Amino acid sequence: MFNIKLKTMKTKTLKLLALFFISGLVTTSCSSDDDGGGAENDEELITTVVLTLTNTANQMDVVTLTFTDIDGEGGNDPVYSPTVGTLSANTTYTGSIQLWNATETPPENINEEIEDEADEHEFFYTSDANITITKTDLDGNGNPLGLETSVVTGAANTGNITVVLKHEPTKPNDGTAAGAGGSTDVEVSYSVNVQ
Amino acid sequence: MKRFLTGVIMALTCFSYSQDCKYTFLGELKDFHDGSSIASATIYIKENDTFLVSDFDGKFKIEKLCSGALTLTISHVGCETKTVTYTINGDTFKSITLEHHLEELTEVVVAGNTKDESTSIQQSLNQATIASYTDKSLGDALTTISGVSSLNTGNTIVKPMIHGLHSSRLLIVNNNVRLFDQEWGDEHAPNIDINTAGRIEVVKGANTLIYGSDAIGGLIRIRPQKYAAKDSLFGNTSLALNTNGWGGNLNSELVKTYNNGFYGKVQASYRKFGDFKSPDYQLTNTGLRSINASFNFGYSSFEKGFDAYYSIVDNTFGILAASHIGNVNDLVRAINNGQPQVEDDFSYNINNPKQSILHHLGKVEAYKRFKSLGKLSVQYDFQINRRKEFDLRRGNRANTPVIDLRLFTTSLQPNLKIDAFEHLKLNTGFLLRYQQNDAISGTGVSPIIPDFDKYEIGAYATGTYNLNTETEVSAGLRYDFSRIEATKWYNVTDWNETYNYDELFPEFNSGQIDGTQILTYPEFTFHNVSASLGLRHHFNNAVNLFVNYGLASRMPNPSELFSDGLHHSAARIEIGLLTMKKEVANKFIIALERSNSNFGFSISPYYKHISDFIQLVPNRITTTVRGSFPVWEYEQIDARIFGVDIDINKKISSHFNYNGSLSVLQGDNLTDDIPLINMPATNFTNTITYNNEKLNQLSIGLQQHTVLQQNRFPDYNFFTFDPILQDNVFVDVSSTPSAYTRFNFNSALTLKAFESGALRLEFNIENVFNTSYREYLNRLRYFADDVGRNFNIKLKLNY
Repeated sequence: MFNIKLKTMKTKTLKLLALFFISGLVTTSCSSDDDGGGAENDEELITTVVLTLTNTANQMDVVTLTFTDIDGEGGNDPVYSPTVGTLSANTTYTGSIQLWNATETPPENINEEIEDEADEHEFFYTSDANITITKTDLDGNGNPLGLETSVVTGAANTGNITVVLKHEPTKPNDGTAAGAGGSTDVEVSYSVNVQ
Repeated sequence: MKRFLTGVIMALTCFSYSQDCKYTFLGELKDFHDGSSIASATIYIKENDTFLVSDFDGKFKIEKLCSGALTLTISHVGCETKTVTYTINGDTFKSITLEHHLEELTEVVVAGNTKDESTSIQQSLNQATIASYTDKSLGDALTTISGVSSLNTGNTIVKPMIHGLHSSRLLIVNNNVRLFDQEWGDEHAPNIDINTAGRIEVVKGANTLIYGSDAIGGLIRIRPQKYAAKDSLFGNTSLALNTNGWGGNLNSELVKTYNNGFYGKVQASYRKFGDFKSPDYQLTNTGLRSINASFNFGYSSFEKGFDAYYSIVDNTFGILAASHIGNVNDLVRAINNGQPQVEDDFSYNINNPKQSILHHLGKVEAYKRFKSLGKLSVQYDFQINRRKEFDLRRGNRANTPVIDLRLFTTSLQPNLKIDAFEHLKLNTGFLLRYQQNDAISGTGVSPIIPDFDKYEIGAYATGTYNLNTETEVSAGLRYDFSRIEATKWYNVTDWNETYNYDELFPEFNSGQIDGTQILTYPEFTFHNVSASLGLRHHFNNAVNLFVNYGLASRMPNPSELFSDGLHHSAARIEIGLLTMKKEVANKFIIALERSNSNFGFSISPYYKHISDFIQLVPNRITTTVRGSFPVWEYEQIDARIFGVDIDINKKISSHFNYNGSLSVLQGDNLTDDIPLINMPATNFTNTITYNNEKLNQLSIGLQQHTVLQQNRFPDYNFFTFDPILQDNVFVDVSSTPSAYTRFNFNSALTLKAFESGALRLEFNIENVFNTSYREYLNRLRYFADDVGRNFNIKLKLNY
């Protein structure tokens, strides 16, 4: 009686051991999925932030301020071009911001994603160079978005235009990046010379 | 039945009697292990319903036996009762071996004092304590042990810490399988359902060599319950309900045992919580969902047996919504704000950010005892750990994880325990292990931990020697070979310039470049030697002195070697370095213990010196499209950690008991002559309990737990430029929260529900006074207070 049980136990143990080993092998063999392929690119990377300012009085007067960090975080430092942007004093510009991921070919325009999720995003513009920046576009709920702006310069001055893009901010909010909360996806600061 | 006694030396001696009912049976009782005689055993003779007692030499004699069957039932203190049957057709001599190591079979009876090695400095949690943490995590339960704290991410992701050390410096052994669940991450809690544990032991000393060479902090061993070999079917179901988080846990288990040694067990638990609440506000998105099951069957006799175990743990943890921040200025705002910037109404929804982890563990173990040698066992195990972390993402990527890693581990471990010598016990074995990490593609994020294969071979021997009845000494030695082969894409500029790897490790370069990234194959081999020495001396009055020395070495973990990326909730970039070497620790620990229910204590001072201690510290600021970030890089320093753990229990009166514990610790960075980061502050606990066995085992307890402010911390604060304010802003990431005291109330009683079942009822209040506090060792302390008051009810039905 006991003999039989012990024998069955042994066979069972062996079978079970075999099963575990096989399961191990199966997992091992099916797992190397992407070796040898290209690097996994950061799909949400924003490499380029372009603020285009068009003089409302003269459509040929266009100032383009560009932030570029082509290799993302780490690696090379970001570059501002031009180092200092030149604006005319007491002038009204139409501002338009463009976000790109230039690691993709062709470069991916991230504005489309932001437009699709306009209620989850908002840009905040500040300047210490006596420049007033007003958001002129709205999301689906009637709250400011900030892809399109009106930029009004005052007297000659130097300073910065700072652009912050918040993801999942409180909307509506008090109009400041601090008050809106959420997480910062873009924080770039363009040096400008108003003359 | 005779075959069952294989290995028994049989001798047959014939005497020349000729009449029926004139035979003589001579028996000799021996210990299976060392062959020593067993005196004063009771021998019951079934055929004539009489009793005998074995003499000093373990011998006994039955005279005037008739031919036919003879059934003897032999029992002895410390041995399992054994029944043997012989066919008598002449004078007979039998040597009968008894199993003198009862604890192997009936550990369920023993509350907490079984040790693998008698010189081990360890503390344990028994079944009752584990049951009271049925709806919590392993880390929560362990913090009841002095010297054990936890590194938390919120209140549900709890990582145990022994003497200030955690993650790869602790070995967690679940059911004799070393847990591999991407334990390198600070916010990766061990994937263990506490309801599967029969006993949990924390080894603070050096007796850890059979599990690995890298237990710099210590060892946590989760043991399943063992069952006596008798025909039985039993189980229990417990339900725990809580007001904070409006959730709880349902656990059920069923055990079937047979007197022939076979057993089987099925267990399952389900845990769900919604958003927790601090005293002043809702902690949005802190809920959790956990589904666990385990299956166990086997056969256990004294001589041989096997055990097959499989468990699955499926956890989903929400992470405080307010802790998702984009850059350092968001962090500064969160710190200055004083309370979470996102607060919604209570919900069971678990939104992003969240973690979802699935862990499979399977093992088969078989053993056989050889007479006059010991126990040979072989264990095969495998684990699959799939970790997905979800974050707030742009575009339709909410359901695509930002981290998706699968870690597969399998190992084979033969072990031989030699217990044939009277004074010497030896334990030796080796280990073969293969591990593969797969960074699953499709996340749209470059993986924080790359693909790698890891191979390990280890061999060890430990021995314990009884010098005399009062003193035992132990020693052990272990060697481990490990090799890791990774495939990783580096930023070209980082590879060539920032870290100078093109000159340090040109052999890793594949030459393949894709955009701004370069493909590399880092490979490292490590040789680790570890050793232990132990002494136990027994004094009068149940006082024992333990002295342990341990040498432990640990190879850098994948995070320390390879991590490379932005850590959202910490607003920092974390960088591992290929230049990391192994870290080596020398540990000294002493424990003076008195086990006595009237007055007992344990005083345990310790000192650890760790060379090339690997730690993550900020060393520069980098600028990205999200603004500036501190870069935290792994570095190696010399460190020391020393302190003392004190526990006291005192019976005040027949119904009242006092328990107290105190942990004091200091950690120093000897290289820079500053304190170590994230070291637990001095903390102490006082508990008064009322017990009345006669009144339905009523127990009522009040506990006070105080954690002092950690005043010894390194100052890694920095300034960051806030372009909106056009000014530098101070970032205080180092300052520690104030001291706090929490009071807990516990009560329990047991009712006899029906013939063979009992119902245990518990009512508890945690944080009775709804105290607001923050804990230094909680990674979310910048964003929100810890949880507030909680009312808890538990029902446990044993059947």
